[in-house]
This record gives sequence, structure tokens and C-alpha cells, in this order.
Amino acid sequence: MGDFWAIYILWLRDLKRYWYDKSRIVASLGQPILFLFVLGTALSPSFKGPAGVNFSEFIFPGVISMTVLFTSIFSAISIVWDREFGFLKEVLVAPVSRWAIVIGKALGGSTVALLQGTIMLTLAPFVGIHLTPLIILKSLGVMFLIAFAMTSLGIMIAARMKEMEGFQMVVNFLIMPIFFLSGALFPLDKLPAWLMFLTRLDPLTYGVDTLRMAILGIHQFPIISNLLIIGAITFILISIAVIEFNMSE
Amino acid sequence: MAVIEVKNLTKKYNGFTAVDGISFEVGEGEVFGFLGPNGAGKTTTINMLCTLLRPTSGSALVSGSDVVRDPNQVRREIGIIFQDPSLDDRLTAEDNLRFHGYLYHMDRKRIDERIPEVLNLVELYDRRRDFVRKFSGGMKRRLEIARGLLHCPKVLFLDEPTLGLDPQTRAHIWDYVLKMRADSGLSIFMTTHYMQEAEVCDRVVIIDHGKIVDLDTPEKLKAKYNETTLEGVFLKLTGREIRSQAGESAWTQWMRRS
Repeated sequence: MGDFWAIYILWLRDLKRYWYDKSRIVASLGQPILFLFVLGTALSPSFKGPAGVNFSEFIFPGVISMTVLFTSIFSAISIVWDREFGFLKEVLVAPVSRWAIVIGKALGGSTVALLQGTIMLTLAPFVGIHLTPLIILKSLGVMFLIAFAMTSLGIMIAARMKEMEGFQMVVNFLIMPIFFLSGALFPLDKLPAWLMFLTRLDPLTYGVDTLRMAILGIHQFPIISNLLIIGAITFILISIAVIEFNMSE
Repeated sequence: MAVIEVKNLTKKYNGFTAVDGISFEVGEGEVFGFLGPNGAGKTTTINMLCTLLRPTSGSALVSGSDVVRDPNQVRREIGIIFQDPSLDDRLTAEDNLRFHGYLYHMDRKRIDERIPEVLNLVELYDRRRDFVRKFSGGMKRRLEIARGLLHCPKVLFLDEPTLGLDPQTRAHIWDYVLKMRADSGLSIFMTTHYMQEAEVCDRVVIIDHGKIVDLDTPEKLKAKYNETTLEGVFLKLTGREIRSQAGESAWTQWMRRS
């Protein structure tokens, strides 16, 4: 029972920090909006999408996934800040199970990412996508899955990271490849074999595909296998994170 | 009845022995001072007693629970003010306390009662809705003391609580801590470099190179070594040579590695 409230307060802390820092909310939407409106509009004439969708529509779920991916990993990486600024010690000396710390952080980071993704989702009418309550509901579910998986990945890395100097490495060698290989910006069916192979290794590929199904009704892989893959990857990542936190004791 | 019982406690970091087989007991309601030069093993000892660091050998019981076998029970009974700040400065003072209350399984009503109590104690009630990043070093320290006391611990650990603070704030901090002890019979385990502050302790340990050099009341130590101040005793026992931060930096490295 005590662990339940610990999870709640860790979650609430991330939400409060998000709410207090409104400039960050706006700043982090800048890049996805550029992708959506500048890249989307510029490439639309030369793009023939499946089922007659234009390029802006096609990348819309991809750009939402990008927002969710960045916010999730950045939220999780704040553990490294907490370690540098000492706050992590306050959490680690509290009578709370290590798994509850990981779950609380994962839920906090994914809720913040879900909120950012939802703000992006409201831009749908500007790219000509009509949202129905059912589409919104499905999208929220898929965004949360993506957010939880990516936050877990971030926590797993943060548990090992010594200091913030490693942060740029994470951006260049983790976040950007995950984003570019996920099929957020291009269809995955007409790729050379090497690139095809790499996209299949990217966990976000299955998230983007599912979100595209929820919003546009088009997809590449069976939805059931997408959900199973994301679920399995999340389970593995979060388990590793819990083990890492237990070892550091 | 002892609230802390330490037997042959030892901590080694890759060949370097930071704490070397120390044994002592702290009684209920006692103010126990842990004195030593930089790198003597003070912070390492506190971190083992607080369950942040696993001892290499030996045992430590805090409030009757073993720090290795039953860490969560130990964590419930202790409050800690770390050497370095450990507040979330993006949250308000009250947010930080509320966060702490939930982590320590306090119920909501109790948290609402205790927050004004501890904030009044450290004279920060008026600033409860301010963000911690706007606080001065002394205010942050006072807030950390309020936080350490929020869940009514049996033992309060203070690791150089007055480091870098002005004399006014230092005097206030001792007022709060001694008031808390008078009110609730709290035991206090503290380290400090200010020997005048150590004079308020019921008993002090002088530790050097990870080993206990002597342990007694300040009066008895002064009589024994024929000195008028604890500072004199301290210098007589640990020498005048300047120490590196070896022990502390090993701990810092460990924190970064893990």
C-alpha cells in the first residue's frame, strides 16, 4: 500500500514539474510543428501515399510519435539530473521498493509525453484529418503505449548514466536513429534490404504503424503483432531498469 | 536502550579501506558527534547506517533493525540531512514536504498537520508556496531539516548540516535540533567540522583513517588530553597535516557509477 502512494507521488512530481514549466511545453512543440507543416507541405506534391493520403497526413502520426519519443526519453533522463543535484538520494533512502520508484517514474514520464502528444493530436484539422471520438480514444491508447515503452528505455539508460555529458550521445546515437528508422517520415514497403532490416529492429516502428492505423486506417504490419512486440519490449526494458536500481543499493 | 548498534563495521572500495572495523552504540535521546578530518570515513559510515551503501563486513542495527537485512524498516525510522543539497528546486517548499510524506507512508491528514509544524519550527511557513530555487543556501538547509523531521523519525542523521552557512543560521539550526530533541526524545547522529558545535554533543567519537581514535563525553576527552577545547583534543589526536578528500571522492565515484 505504501508503494502505491510512492508511485502516485513520483508520478505527481513529474506532472507538477511539467505544469510549472510552461515555456518547456511550448518550446518542445516547435520542432514537430516544423516537420509537420514545412516538411509536410513541401514534400506533399511529390509523394504518392497508400490509400490516397498526402504527405502531411502520412507523417502526422509519425510526428506525434516523435513528440512522444522525445518527451518520454527526456523525462526519463531527468533521473541523471536528480542524481547530480542530489534529489535521487532523497528517493533512495525512503522506505519504498525499488520497483515502485521505477514504475512511478515510468508513469510520470509517459503521462507527460501523452499530454505533449495530445497537444499535437489537436492539430489534426490543420492537416485535413477529421478526428472522431473513436480515433481520439484509440490514439490516446497507442500514444500511451509508445510513451511507456520509450520512458522505460530512457530509465534503463539513465540508471547506468554517470553524468549529463553522456546526454548528447544519447540524442545522437539513440533518439535520432529511433526516430529516423521508425517509418515516421516514409513508408516502409519500398526500402532496400539493409534499411528494411534496420527499421524492423526499431521498437518505435511498431508504435508508429499502430498509431497510423488508429488515425488514418492504414498500416503495414498486423496490429496484434505490433501490440505484442511493444508490450514484450516494454516488459524487458522495465525489468532491466528495476534490476539496475536494485543493484545500485 | 541503544538506537544504533555498530559492530566491526567495515567498508572497502577496490582495495581502499574507508571504514575499518568500527564499533559503537548510540543511546536513545543522545546527541552523538562523529568527528574526523576530511576522508576519515564519516560520510561513508552515515551512508551505511542510512542503507545507501552496503557494508563490506560487520553489522549495524538502527532502531533494532539490520541495515542490510531489513533496509525498509531502517528507512522508516530515520531522517537524514545530507551533506549536499537534495531538494527538488523546481518544486515549492510545500511540494517537497508533501512528496516526502507520501514516500514515508504518512496519511494525508497527518501530512497536513505536520507540514505547518515543521515549517514553523524552521521559520519557513510564510515561504511555503515559493519555489525552492529562489531560496538561499541557509533556507534550503532549514527546509531539509524540516523535511528530515516530517515523518517523526527516531534517529536524525546530520552530515555536516551547517557547512557553508553563516553563524546566525548555524545558531538557529542548533536551536531547532535541540528543541526537537527536548520535545520528542529524538536521537541525533551528526558529523561536523565546527568543534564549538560538537561541544553540545553528549558524546563524541573521533575517527581517523577509518578507525575510532577515541570515544567519550567532550568534558572527559578534554580532561584526558589536558586541553581546554575539543578543537585542541581533535588536533592532538589527528595531527595538523592537511587531508585529501579520499573517502568522500570514493563515495562520489560510487554514486556516479551506480
